[in-house]
Amino acid sequence: MNSRESILERLARNSPPDSSLPVLPVTKTELPNAVEKFTAVLEGIGGSVVQVTNWNEINVYLNKYFATQGRWINRVPELTNMDESVEFGVDPHQYENVLVTILKGDFGVAENGAVWITDDKMGDRALPFICEHLVVIIHSKDIYPTLHEAYDHTDQSDYNFGTFIAGPSKTADIEQSLVLGAHGPKSMTLFLLKES
Amino acid sequence: MTTATGNKSHAATTSDHADLAGKFNKDEPRVDWHDQTLWFIRKKRDKAAWQIPEWEELREAASQIKNNVLSNLRSYLLEFERNAQQNGITVHWAADAEEHNRIVYDILEKAGIDKVVKSKSMLTEECHLNEYLAAKGVEVIDTDLGERIVQLAGEPPSHIVLPCIHWKKEEIGQLFSEHLGTPEGNSDPQFLTAAARIHLRQHFMSSRLAITGVNFAVAETGEFVVCTNEGNADLGVQLADIHIACMGIEKIIPKRKHLGVFLRLLARSATGQPITTYSSHFRRPRKGQTMHIVLVDNGRSERLGSADFRNALKCIRCGACMNTCPVYRRSGGHSYHYAIAGPIGAILAPGLDMKKHADLPFASTLCGSCSHVCPVKIDIHDQLYRWRQVLTQNGHVGFLKTTSMKGMSAVLSSHNLYQFAGSAGRWLLKHLPFLINNRFNAWYKQREMPRSPGKSFGEWYRANRKHGDE
Repeated sequence: MNSRESILERLARNSPPDSSLPVLPVTKTELPNAVEKFTAVLEGIGGSVVQVTNWNEINVYLNKYFATQGRWINRVPELTNMDESVEFGVDPHQYENVLVTILKGDFGVAENGAVWITDDKMGDRALPFICEHLVVIIHSKDIYPTLHEAYDHTDQSDYNFGTFIAGPSKTADIEQSLVLGAHGPKSMTLFLLKES
Repeated sequence: MTTATGNKSHAATTSDHADLAGKFNKDEPRVDWHDQTLWFIRKKRDKAAWQIPEWEELREAASQIKNNVLSNLRSYLLEFERNAQQNGITVHWAADAEEHNRIVYDILEKAGIDKVVKSKSMLTEECHLNEYLAAKGVEVIDTDLGERIVQLAGEPPSHIVLPCIHWKKEEIGQLFSEHLGTPEGNSDPQFLTAAARIHLRQHFMSSRLAITGVNFAVAETGEFVVCTNEGNADLGVQLADIHIACMGIEKIIPKRKHLGVFLRLLARSATGQPITTYSSHFRRPRKGQTMHIVLVDNGRSERLGSADFRNALKCIRCGACMNTCPVYRRSGGHSYHYAIAGPIGAILAPGLDMKKHADLPFASTLCGSCSHVCPVKIDIHDQLYRWRQVLTQNGHVGFLKTTSMKGMSAVLSSHNLYQFAGSAGRWLLKHLPFLINNRFNAWYKQREMPRSPGKSFGEWYRANRKHGDE
């Protein structure tokens, strides 16, 4: 008997009687102050939240606050004049010197400030993690109160890789002192777009 | 470094929790600092939990999901295997630690790889993978900052979430100046973290293989979730040609929607954060990448057959029970001489090796605080109590403890003997205290007995009760 069979045999022999799955906790599906809550939580864990009403405001903000001479990779077609032609899917190591990565997120979660991003929007899976500064854009209407609604929403989506990102990379391993920028981005700027 | 870890864990087997805690306790200000740091994290956990009105409902749901998992583990594992394979992931089964290590090494050897980056995985600690690979000439770089610190120091982690919680920043500064060449005397956390970032970035860039742990694996979709704050798991994996994820078989959950319950509980219970910075869902390897999952039993399927102790398999490794434990906070993680310290470690370890870990269930006051904060409602302190009985029945408890307990039992079950023992004890404490208060009596370490009362409560009551009182 190989290990797989012997493990399965022991599990069959030792499993306790069936115990049914619970009904999941229900939260309020409507959250009137979702934007405020999301903003407060994400800023509380080191992210910056910027509310804008059109794409050009994002252009202006980025050009004002980020060094334009570094390497930027923009995956958002609505933003202009800042793309470089990159062939994705070759070697992720080539992004080591990326200063700013700009991505679209799917939605945000108010209770924890996290943004859901799938690999089809990343270009390369390494990009959100390897850059110095991460910029993500979501529509302000796409904020769910809790993770329950978030998972309900993505239940049918077929991503290869997806991640919740909540703020910049961080650590408090040295005497519980919080330091932003452990291995990944040192900052995360989140644009909430509310088009009129 | 890994051989040093091996030496240390080997040496630890000759000392029990009380001895090792005794060493830790020699530096009293340090014990106070350790105690207060962990209590601070416990308070952050409370604050985070109180912000969720349905917190208790969530704990109950998590507990019930895990109960369901334990009763259907076989079918969920098969469902997971099928879906993961369809997703292009290679699934391996390991009956024990040795087989797990061999599987990982085989993958490395076939690919001709002699250096790996590894993010935090308590399972690989449990299996002593680092030592195994080091003996085969493979360099393992732990990439979690805390884990890298203890790795450079040749120590195992002392806490499953906060691996170097027992280290002072000045000591880390010294360690880094020796190993990373930082200026001597600089112990600023911001500076040291930046130095570690540069040091580890080189390893991320040059490693073709990354090993990660697994927080949750979803049977329904064959995907698995890895949570970090630093982003070290992702940086390793997204840059490597090969990803090996190692998981205990109990990490399976039935459906994606159950992630909502567990991710709401995990980081809040662990550090008081609303969620970890990164919660990455791996479903299919990227183009050109190979992905492996190693499903490890190592005693879990046997543990499942024990009604008294199977609930420990519900653990999601948040560390809340350690942060709250009055014994852990004052004795340090290394006193448990096992990969997982604290209350949960003390009920997991004897299941693997009863003789080696017979001391651990006694490293508790049975106050119940661990069970109270556990996000999946494991009856930790009840299991600690039950382990004590099992260990005694199996002859793993020392002669002195067994004899004194038998003596105590005889005294407490006889009225006359109890009365005599009480008055004899009071007399001895008063007239010949050195017979009790001496270095052979462990109860006198860091303690003084109260002054002996003149009489027992029974005697006092008889003298003072008013007529008519019953």
